[in-house]
Amino acid sequence: MRNSRPILLLEDDNVDAMTIQRAMNEIKVSNPLVHVANGEDGLIYLHKSDNEKPCLIMLDLNMPKMNGLEFLKIIKSNAEFRQIPVIVLTTSQQEQDKLESFKLSVAGYIVKPTDYKKFVEAVKTLDLYWTLSESPVNMN
Amino acid sequence: MRNSKPILLLEDDTVDAMTVKRALKDLQVLNPLVRASNGEEGLEYLRDTNNPKPCVILLDLNMPKMNGMEFLKVIKADERLKKIPAIVLTTSRDDQERIRGFQLNVAGYIIKPVDYTKFVEAVRIVHLYWTLSEMPDTDEECKNEKFQANSAS
Repeated sequence: MRNSRPILLLEDDNVDAMTIQRAMNEIKVSNPLVHVANGEDGLIYLHKSDNEKPCLIMLDLNMPKMNGLEFLKIIKSNAEFRQIPVIVLTTSQQEQDKLESFKLSVAGYIVKPTDYKKFVEAVKTLDLYWTLSESPVNMN
Repeated sequence: MRNSKPILLLEDDTVDAMTVKRALKDLQVLNPLVRASNGEEGLEYLRDTNNPKPCVILLDLNMPKMNGMEFLKVIKADERLKKIPAIVLTTSRDDQERIRGFQLNVAGYIIKPVDYTKFVEAVRIVHLYWTLSEMPDTDEECKNEKFQANSAS
């Protein structure tokens, strides 16, 4: 990643969250991974001023309480949070989910590969791209 | 890229546009490159329903007539165009511009490397990422309209 700020992961499945952490360790991405289990907890994290703002948000779509698209709608209408790039990380291949996500200006939509090696490869590409790209650092 | 739709490049500098084309060719990226030399031309392309919608927009910032930020504001307020990922490709290291770009929800903000080999590497990463990432069906509205026309008849 371009900087050392945390990556905020919204994922209700603990095993999936652990897989992401493991893949990040494997390719030596040292940004801390902040894991929350749904949109509501994601908003709580972002609103708490003591918490460091993330450089990137990785977002699962199907989650209880507040799902990914609901969360996206809220942060993209918030002047402070809208600048954080959001990447959808999901198992959903539904055209409607893709369309809704891109209409809410996600910066990527990745269908989670089930194979671990392919998953690591995906995280590697993600890291390459967000190291090449600048990030909106001035987020206080 | 994920699909074979064109890449729309907004770039006023002909040499820079040729460099992008050359890099895509070197990397064997088969998507056609459509070039517009400012925001106005870009909008004209996007609003002509005869043109296929691009899979991504590569956007320079400093352009005459309508610059990159102005163009971004317009497409991000347009229901039909806001879903197309726009990636800034610029020489500007201005902090304010970068922040404004992300506030307008760019899907990447890349400072053009001057060195050609590094530039090709940057384009390779952009290509890799947008092959991994799904893309919205940008011509979806047209299809819906056709579908509605069909079911009405």
